[in-house]
Amino acid sequence: MYVAVKGGERAIDNAHAWLAEERRGDTDVAELSVAQIREQMALAVNRVMAEGSLYDPDLAALAIKQSRGDLIEAIFLIRAYRTTLPRFGGSNPIDTDTMQCDRRVSATFKDAPGGQVLGPTFDYTHRLLDFKLAADGEAPKAPSTTAPTEPTPHIMSFLDRENLIQPEKTSDATPDDLTRKPLELPASRALRLQSLARADEGFILGMAYSTQRGYARNHAFVAELRIGAVAVEMDIPELGFAIDIGEITVTECETVNQFQGSKTEPPQFTRGYGLVFGMTERKAISMALVDRALRWKELGEDNLGAPAQDEEFVLYHSDNIQATGFLEHIKLPHYVDFQSELELIRKLRREAQDAMSQEAAQ
Amino acid sequence: MNVMTDPNAARKAWLGLLAKAPARDVAQHWAALDLAAPHQILRAPEIGGVMVRGRAGAIGEAFNLGEITVTRASVKLEDGTVGHGYVQGRDKNHALQAALIDALMQTDAAARVRDGVLTPLKATMTQKKSTRAAKAAATKVDFFTMVRGED
Repeated sequence: MYVAVKGGERAIDNAHAWLAEERRGDTDVAELSVAQIREQMALAVNRVMAEGSLYDPDLAALAIKQSRGDLIEAIFLIRAYRTTLPRFGGSNPIDTDTMQCDRRVSATFKDAPGGQVLGPTFDYTHRLLDFKLAADGEAPKAPSTTAPTEPTPHIMSFLDRENLIQPEKTSDATPDDLTRKPLELPASRALRLQSLARADEGFILGMAYSTQRGYARNHAFVAELRIGAVAVEMDIPELGFAIDIGEITVTECETVNQFQGSKTEPPQFTRGYGLVFGMTERKAISMALVDRALRWKELGEDNLGAPAQDEEFVLYHSDNIQATGFLEHIKLPHYVDFQSELELIRKLRREAQDAMSQEAAQ
Repeated sequence: MNVMTDPNAARKAWLGLLAKAPARDVAQHWAALDLAAPHQILRAPEIGGVMVRGRAGAIGEAFNLGEITVTRASVKLEDGTVGHGYVQGRDKNHALQAALIDALMQTDAAARVRDGVLTPLKATMTQKKSTRAAKAAATKVDFFTMVRGED
């Protein structure tokens, strides 16, 4: 039962005013601009774009500022804004083969055409705090060298040529969209991938890690991890042809997993796929592992009862906005609900005590 | 797709360039051009979203990755030429300028607009891309094999 309770407006207004003051912090310290967040907190911006499911670095930076750096709150702001936008249409699938790679590494083939390009990575850093960054004024310069003109083909295409890897079903059908229709199970691979692409990084990381530790045993190799810019192309009805409407940075991870074969499939390698907005490689690798684990049914594998194989468990609990909405609502007033619980407990107690005193009397 | 086979290749190229170029650069070159282009607005600038799609395994069936912000506008010049602008982001002037440039590129003013706006935009973009590619190239690993043991 819900009973309307009034009051608290003044307290709420004042709480919000204090929030605004606290957000600004010590006014002796210079205010942070949205552009500074966009440029210097780029990986936080990327995470907000990926999980907010809207690629717009300025909006993501604004959301981070407004949320005082609480990234889930920032993602919430972006998701809310996203719903206000009229949908102009859907793009043609992005062609990651044409990506201008900032980074491209393979854990499976050392001498892949295009080479191993490390890009601006934290890998091989010593994870020691750099106190030089606490002193301001540095603007480091990266070395550069003549860029090769050779293309950077997907490494998976080599395995594909030898028929050693499970082929992908191709289709140009318009994929289901979980922003338009509530998620229903069993979910198509397209819906699973959409859901994973916007899922909470921490949750997906934990799920992926569980598969590595043996829950659904699928040992994955990173065949390729690439990060870079791709054009987004869309058909424009009033023009009658497709044009590039933008360019985005994405992280793509393709894993190759050993597969002994099943009743329906020969022994071969299988694929896991991760594709995420921005430079977000932890998330993309995790996504590929979880995608692979969720594919057990279509590959004719056994359900080992592992959490990462359970699409209901994974997909219904991976969205941090749904999760936080339900979780945090329990701190809001439940006075009447709780009153009825209290009444019930008192009544049960009374009955139990009455029964006991009757027994004692007999 | 090349110019020989696709009659729309040239227009496709300038519209794509205008969509991806930073709003500030487009505004700057457009202002410097100082070209009077009386026009009627067919579609006032409108901010919206486009669902970006990817492919499962990079080659398979399409799936929805997430949206991008896009702003669009359409104009008609006095001679009736229609121009459309679809640009990334939420800058209404950017979309309007793109639509105007698209319209003018279909008129006698094309050469002037190309030299004043498109060519410098293209140069900046190519420069930015090659700077990034050169930095990436510097992080490419040169493997060498250490000889271990005796023979």
